[in-house]
Amino acid sequence: MKVLKDFYESLRPHFEEGGRFSMFRSVYEGMDSFLFVPDTTSRTGVHIHDSMDAKRTMTAVIVSLIFPLLFGIYNTGYQHNLSIGADPGFVMTFLYGLLSVLPQLLVSYVVGLGIEFTVAQWKGEEIQEGFLVSGMLIPLIVPVDTPLWMIAVATAFAVIFAKEVFGGTGYNIFNVALVTRAFLFFAYPASMSGDKVFVRTAATFGIGGGEVVDGFSGATPLGQVGIATKEMIGTFQAVDVTGQPLSTWDMFWGLIPGSIGETSVAAILLGGILLLYTGVASWKTMLSVFVGGAAVSALFNLVGTTVAMSLSPIEHLCLGGFAFGAVFMATDPVTSARTETGKYIYGFLVGAMAILIRVLNPGYPEGMMLAILLMNIFAPLIDYFVVERNITRRLQRVKK
Amino acid sequence: MGLLTSKQKEILLGPLSKNNPVVVQMLGICSALAVTSKLEPAIVMGISVTVVVAFANVIISLLRNTIPNRIRIIVQLVVAAALVTIVSEVLKAFAFEVNKQLSVFVGLIITNCILMGRLEAFALANRPWDSFLDGIGNGLGYGIILVLIGFFRELFGSGSLLGIKVVPQVFYDWGYVDNGLVILPPMALFIVATIIWVHRSRNKELQEN
Repeated sequence: MKVLKDFYESLRPHFEEGGRFSMFRSVYEGMDSFLFVPDTTSRTGVHIHDSMDAKRTMTAVIVSLIFPLLFGIYNTGYQHNLSIGADPGFVMTFLYGLLSVLPQLLVSYVVGLGIEFTVAQWKGEEIQEGFLVSGMLIPLIVPVDTPLWMIAVATAFAVIFAKEVFGGTGYNIFNVALVTRAFLFFAYPASMSGDKVFVRTAATFGIGGGEVVDGFSGATPLGQVGIATKEMIGTFQAVDVTGQPLSTWDMFWGLIPGSIGETSVAAILLGGILLLYTGVASWKTMLSVFVGGAAVSALFNLVGTTVAMSLSPIEHLCLGGFAFGAVFMATDPVTSARTETGKYIYGFLVGAMAILIRVLNPGYPEGMMLAILLMNIFAPLIDYFVVERNITRRLQRVKK
Repeated sequence: MGLLTSKQKEILLGPLSKNNPVVVQMLGICSALAVTSKLEPAIVMGISVTVVVAFANVIISLLRNTIPNRIRIIVQLVVAAALVTIVSEVLKAFAFEVNKQLSVFVGLIITNCILMGRLEAFALANRPWDSFLDGIGNGLGYGIILVLIGFFRELFGSGSLLGIKVVPQVFYDWGYVDNGLVILPPMALFIVATIIWVHRSRNKELQEN
């Protein structure tokens, strides 16, 4: 480690003002604080430093995202095997998934970080670490067959228009990863929904591939709900890619078709526990998203005139991107409500809107993305009213 | 000095960039989003607005000393409405397809902020020739932005320009897909914003703090 540090320090003069690579100073500084813990301390006044700085926050999120990522990689291979009726063993299954998912992860990071570095360089600012999380989220919330160039275009759009124009990390109004997904969803609908994109059936770098089995359908459970007719109320049964019925436990463990990281509620909850343990995410937001979703789907159960309405709250919470959105997206500290009461309101409305959009809008089988983006807009308003109410209440106490 | 004095040149050319009605004065945004999903309607709309604004400006300018101040808006509307009707009939006769694409937005030129703005702000206080130049300038300033937006939206949204495919078939074979979002009005807003961004960074005196 000492050797590495010494070597890195020996490069410093080149990046200082006047050095050969002085134009890349922010890149150097960025790598410096990425690789080593900064030892600069404040010289004046009284300061209390928390070790939980932005970098540690991001690291905690990345580590919690590893659970859904690993599961998603395995599931990609698993769904592929199911669809072609092969069983090459755990290692090959995982390898297939890894080779399918890794390019998306790389494209997302290269494009996003490339833009971040360029902008930081251009403005002469330090590089912010915010994209480390977004870059990991993006591949997790897209179908596995999304073409790489689409991810590149959408990531570039989201980083520029949802983040950099607002002032970079910490100033964005909308969740950057979700803007990426929304862009993909509206720009290239054929590659983002339907039954062709969620299960990869082609070979990846020579691994896997083959004829799909008879009766194969790559529709996700929510996609099946979306096209189910009224006559199927009560008899509707979500099926896997080969037509076998799926139980609610299957939906919980997550070996079902869907966006890469969104299928397994179990893996997401593991990540969620870590987020709560490290104090990065707020349990208030997380809990109230689930409560909101459960409440609204229970209400719809009472109406029950379509298959989507008649799904039980548990199924609604397990399917699609609901759990992933609740744990990793709604709790984003930048775009969610910041007041403690506001977090309850914000979370509840996210959950409620997600189910509302999912059930009532025939055009979109899933509503979590739109619900969170919509509530991102209202988060400042919620905070405003919570703060105002607090002020009025305390003013009254003073007057008495 | 040739045909135009330097002041008249400023009247004619100012609205093309430094005083552009769309990207500087933020007028006519609504129709700029609505009619620009293809290049052809954008061009036709630009020409129509130019014609209407120029001639309405001239007529109002000729009448400016006789119009009673309290009913001037009504007079302006009558003049504009008459001209818009003429333009609309001409379009129906000679460019029916485009007219169908423009739908209500031809009729809505009457309520176009640029039109009313120029009549109120310029034609009522200036001579006919200056007013004509002002109308042409503002109409073209509006048209340029529309054509720019229409160009990018048709290119990326439909892969064509003026209805002719310009993105080669090989691209589609390789997996290129037209961007469906560009066809929708929200993306037009992003394009307007990007044009403003580029414009402001080139003209620093327009930047607000």
